[in-house]
Amino acid sequence: MTLPLEILSEALQSGDTSAEALLSAMRSRVDNIEGKVRAFVNTHFSEAYPKAKHMDHLRKKGEPLGSLAGIPIAIKDNICVKGMPTTCSSEILKNYRPPYNATVVEKLEAAGAIIVGKTNMDEFAMGSSTENSAFFNTRNPWNLERVPGGSSGGSAAAVAAGEAVFALGSDTGGSIRQPASFCGIVGLKPTYGRVSRYGLVAFGSSLDQIGPLTRSVKDAAIVLGVIAGHDPKDSTCSTLPVPDYTAGLNKDIRGCKLAVPKELYENPGVEESVRKSFDEALKTYQALGASCEFISMKSFDYALSTYYVIAPAEASSNLERYDGVRYGLRVPADTLKAMICNSRSKGFGQEVKRRILTGVFVLSAGYYDAYYLKAQQVRTLITREYNEAFKRFDAIITPTAPTVAFEIGEKSSDPIAMYLSDIMTIPVNMAGLPSISIPCGFSAGLPIGLQITGKAFEEAALLKIAYAFEQATEYHKKEPDVPSVSASEE
Amino acid sequence: MEVHAQLKTKTKLFCGCSTQFGAAPNTNICPVCTGQPGALPVLNQVAVEFAIRMGLALNCTINVQSIFARKNYFYPDLPKGYQISQFDKPLCENGRIDIALASGTKRIGVTRIHLEEDAGKLLHQGAASIKGATHSLVDLNRACTPLIEIVSQPDIRSAEEARLYVEKIRSILVFLGICDGNMEEGSLRCDANISIRPLGSSQFGTRTEVKNMNSFRAVEQAAISEIARQKEVLLSGGAIVLETRNYDDESGQTTSMRSKEEAHDYRYFPEPDLLPLGVDAPWLAQIKSSQPKLPDQIRHELQVAQLPESDIVQLLNDPQRLHYFEAVCAGRTLPVKKVANWVLGDLSALANEGKFSFTQPSVSPAHMADLVALVEAGTFSGKLAKEILPDLLQGKSPHEVIALKGVKQIGNDADLIPFIEQAIQSNPGPLEQYKNGKTSVAGFFVGQVMKATQGQAKPDVVNRLVREVLDRS
Repeated sequence: MTLPLEILSEALQSGDTSAEALLSAMRSRVDNIEGKVRAFVNTHFSEAYPKAKHMDHLRKKGEPLGSLAGIPIAIKDNICVKGMPTTCSSEILKNYRPPYNATVVEKLEAAGAIIVGKTNMDEFAMGSSTENSAFFNTRNPWNLERVPGGSSGGSAAAVAAGEAVFALGSDTGGSIRQPASFCGIVGLKPTYGRVSRYGLVAFGSSLDQIGPLTRSVKDAAIVLGVIAGHDPKDSTCSTLPVPDYTAGLNKDIRGCKLAVPKELYENPGVEESVRKSFDEALKTYQALGASCEFISMKSFDYALSTYYVIAPAEASSNLERYDGVRYGLRVPADTLKAMICNSRSKGFGQEVKRRILTGVFVLSAGYYDAYYLKAQQVRTLITREYNEAFKRFDAIITPTAPTVAFEIGEKSSDPIAMYLSDIMTIPVNMAGLPSISIPCGFSAGLPIGLQITGKAFEEAALLKIAYAFEQATEYHKKEPDVPSVSASEE
Repeated sequence: MEVHAQLKTKTKLFCGCSTQFGAAPNTNICPVCTGQPGALPVLNQVAVEFAIRMGLALNCTINVQSIFARKNYFYPDLPKGYQISQFDKPLCENGRIDIALASGTKRIGVTRIHLEEDAGKLLHQGAASIKGATHSLVDLNRACTPLIEIVSQPDIRSAEEARLYVEKIRSILVFLGICDGNMEEGSLRCDANISIRPLGSSQFGTRTEVKNMNSFRAVEQAAISEIARQKEVLLSGGAIVLETRNYDDESGQTTSMRSKEEAHDYRYFPEPDLLPLGVDAPWLAQIKSSQPKLPDQIRHELQVAQLPESDIVQLLNDPQRLHYFEAVCAGRTLPVKKVANWVLGDLSALANEGKFSFTQPSVSPAHMADLVALVEAGTFSGKLAKEILPDLLQGKSPHEVIALKGVKQIGNDADLIPFIEQAIQSNPGPLEQYKNGKTSVAGFFVGQVMKATQGQAKPDVVNRLVREVLDRS
């Protein structure tokens, strides 16, 4: 049940399987293990069946079908799908049903993909473990006592556990890549502006980007090809043409120049097992004919603190619409002010409130220059330093996360420790660059991820570098052994 | 002064919804203007063009790049919890406008003009206003419609100047065709920041911001009463508090709304969902070249054409009427006063009765020009011209009416002399006066002849013949 998209697509096309059969298999997989993993906030198999049957019917008639026809997929619950709840794993949107589809959903459905469920996440994508979901914890399929990472933890767990062929996530500071790393799958954050954000519930608008979580690099290339491209509904979305991202994957990478920022490599938070796997990865690349050089990226030291000014500032404003007036949770009160206060107090969780307070503070009169403006200046420095590095190098590689998946509850009382989980991924969002996490090792049965960051809008080159590593290694072929619900109850 | 003007675009500032006034509540709405999670704004270029037109009209610098910013606050009519506006980098800056005072022209500086979205409307239930209402309903039809805010320099020195300034702003907006200028319906709203200071002082006093003025008269009255109030406070040893005050049209007074302590910290920051707004040179040039004529220029042209001031004022007060007037005059050498008489007289009367429209005129400007020309040439009389106006309203040309109705002009001497002789014989008194040297009495006889011929006599011929016959008599 964990076959990649590319193989399932072929099987569907050749008639070896049908969309309905694939969906049934997916459903029994979900029935078997979802009670353990808890990747989904809600599933929609009953609506999916007629679509699968329709797809099979069209295929039999020989009608032209989209590249994802009949493929069951999962969508992070902060991306609007018309007719399905979109909760952002928050009490405040628990009963919210969007009246429209996100642009990515329109594109996926036009390509024939079938949405089987919405996946759990840290509330409003704020977190690195999915423990900030207002509803329940999602478990790491490799070890059910561990977190799947976050905030796209539900999407990563669903794909790793075979509950969806691929899933969409969103990445503001690492929320696709870090859970992909923790769950041993591929996670791609495209360049800011490559994929429309229309219909993605905003967290940090200048940082947010939708991307795929998949079982292989090629799958990521296929999905990106479907979801990328200009959208007149998103003014920040690029008009650059979308190439065939699968076309150049096979090209060899001899002569490719990779850089390793010392500031991240030498970070004391990096676990020994992670560093070892990363060193191995460097050797693999050298064996493939690429060069690896250590460089200094001094501004990276400030990336985390800068991020925790900019992202909360934007979030504090983005979350103002949840006031109990038009939709979402309303806690009645005698006055307007009390109604808004009560609704927000009850509707938002701890971490969301922490970030709103931080954001309101850094934007308030008298503090704006010292915090928000300064942070924007540092952001410019980070972007500049990347630009300099990309004059000499093709890609920048680091571990995706300093550790493997940690235990549930291990960091939930220490927000700073949790924030440090994103130290490798955050600088990338500050510069809006494309970045991918791919499996590069295991430590005590838990996956380790390799992060490769490329030049803006050059996802094709980035995917080629990732693909070469994947083809040269076996890590992506391992599957977690998730005990089924019934088995564990015996 | 801060003037908010609603722009007359077909669609809203950041979505494709209609801006039509008077639609059923919450029918012109979509995910964007209701602030649904995940929806994003897309800028309406026509609104930008309109704002630029106002900037050009007020002699502003049009910034090559301006920035949208979020103004954050909670209110049920504000769907996103923030208003998309412009803050430290507005579209237009450093303009000026001249107002006409009895003492001469006065120049008022314009600090800035920026674009922003409007909020929705609250419909209070169970009472006329929020006071005493049991609950309020939200109508988001108006949410996200485009506004420009025009901020003046602190150059205005009296209530009269304030009124004249707003009147001038309104007339420019209306002439540009970018705002309907209706203060009662709220498509033009203004706030006044008012302070007073001792004579000779170079420092401004503490100001108050006065809101809710729904007419020119209200602007002037609000300023008069607020100045008086501040004077009284200061003279009795008190101090002015920096606050927002509400103007009540019935009492003509201002009352405190909220103090500075209750003032919002709007936490402005650049709107990340919109790119910086760029205005490139070719676009700006295109807008400049298609800028309509403004009231000052039109006034000057009409003065040169020697139209009386009262007519100019009437025409400038109503751009539709003015445009019709200009269309009649266009390309023809006509006596402008005569054209103005038709436009401001008969046609305006018909328009008031709902029988004529200056925007969709049943009498085309060309037909009206023909009519004026025919009267001017003496082809027929003014009286006859008025009589055939109902026919012109049917869309016929003056020439067609003459042909159809058999309205003939009596133009040869032989036909007219009997009428003239009859008139002189019946009126020995005036004849006597004429003979005694009062030649102006000739006009009386002309009138008599026109009456007797039911207006069909050619006035120029009658004029000549009357004198000839009188001199012979």
